[in-house]
Amino acid sequence: MRSKLKVIWIDAVTCYGCSHSFLNYKEISSLFDKIDFKYHPVLPSENFEIKESDLLIIEGALKNNYSRLGFSLNELISKLFFKAKKVLALGTCTVYGGMFGNGIMFNKEEKGKYYKCREKIINLPGCPPHPDWIAYVLNMLSENKKIALDEFNRPQDIFSYTSHAGCTRNEYFEWKIDSQTFGTKEGCLFYYQGCQGPFTHSSCNKLLWNEVSSKPRVGTPCFGCTEPSFPKHNLFNTETFMGIPSNIPLGVNKRSYLTLSGIAKSLNNERLNKKLIDYNCRDKNEN
Amino acid sequence: MSKEEKKELIMKTALNLFAKRGFYNTTIADIAKEMGMSVGNMYNYFPSKESLAKELLTYSSKRFGNEIKKINEMDIHSREKIKKIVKLYFETAINEPELIDYFMRVYLSNKEIFANGCEGMLCVSAFVTEIMLFFEEGVKRKELKNQDFFAAFGLFMGYIGGLAFLNKEGILTKSLSEYIEPVSENIYNALKA
Repeated sequence: MRSKLKVIWIDAVTCYGCSHSFLNYKEISSLFDKIDFKYHPVLPSENFEIKESDLLIIEGALKNNYSRLGFSLNELISKLFFKAKKVLALGTCTVYGGMFGNGIMFNKEEKGKYYKCREKIINLPGCPPHPDWIAYVLNMLSENKKIALDEFNRPQDIFSYTSHAGCTRNEYFEWKIDSQTFGTKEGCLFYYQGCQGPFTHSSCNKLLWNEVSSKPRVGTPCFGCTEPSFPKHNLFNTETFMGIPSNIPLGVNKRSYLTLSGIAKSLNNERLNKKLIDYNCRDKNEN
Repeated sequence: MSKEEKKELIMKTALNLFAKRGFYNTTIADIAKEMGMSVGNMYNYFPSKESLAKELLTYSSKRFGNEIKKINEMDIHSREKIKKIVKLYFETAINEPELIDYFMRVYLSNKEIFANGCEGMLCVSAFVTEIMLFFEEGVKRKELKNQDFFAAFGLFMGYIGGLAFLNKEGILTKSLSEYIEPVSENIYNALKA
């Protein structure tokens, strides 16, 4: 039988949202057959000591003059980093700095402190990362399987997609019919409500959260939480220049996108331009 | 002559006839006669007068769009770009009045012809897209004020279209080219950041 993956999980500057997300993994008990937490700030584990690990998971950003487990945070991470075979930067704060400070490999889009050691880093951004993403990395490493990474060291199986893929509002996006008010079942959230789905790398609308839903599905725009620019200001507002969205879907130039949008809008899809369900019809039946 | 070149020649001929006689008073037979072609052969190029009218609109929009694209790709201030777009429009109005005439007197005045196939921006998207990109770049460079697209578009196009119309009516006191400078300045002053 393969030996368990020795994991040290360190809480840097964090809100513990990534730990919470991990605890929501539906098959979490099966993971405990494969991994051995040498240290975890929340789960039962051994007393902390600096030692070698198969995987160091860092949850949270780096920051100077911040102490943790009897060391300065920077010293602690440095000692553990070089004793680990692989390092998982868990969550947007760890990957890019996010809310709190600097990331491991990046500070926003700039190269970070451990960029030169990127060979051993796996980046899993998200605020928080989906539980299945964390489990994917743990399962792959415990099986000693190679994880294909993109240019930002993110697993391609997860981050080749955008959160736009699988969105139930895609019909509205195609025909450029936008929801102008909050909380409607109908309409795309891209043009007025700040949805960042078409240019945010993640599989949120493919996997769904709690196996049920996603932000855009329930009428909240994607906040782009897996991207280095997170968090932006005005999350419920789309930035436009003379009516043209400042960010457009990935992989297409602005001229082509505007041409396609203009055509789609002109074709005026009648079915989608009105409410899908006429709730007033109940009144008529009662009469 | 390739089929595309022949189509272009037919469109130019049709433009002239529409300008001279009006759209409804011009028949496919008139255009064929002017071209020295049989009516039957004309239908190999355009199945109906309506299809010719729509293709003419797309063709003109692409021509304008391509010229504005060149201006968009220049690394110059929005103020200069406005002047170049106004110059392009007025010079077309002077040299090819039938083109502007077609747009105003046929397209804008007979929407029923274009209802099926040229709805909304469908046949003019090449032109409108370039104007969108011009505005967007101007706002990004902080040279133009960020505002509703159609408020700016109407001000720009309505203004220069109006001047071209007054010119065609013989009402202007000076030649249209003399208006390039002051009209461009007025547009810039109205749109600047």
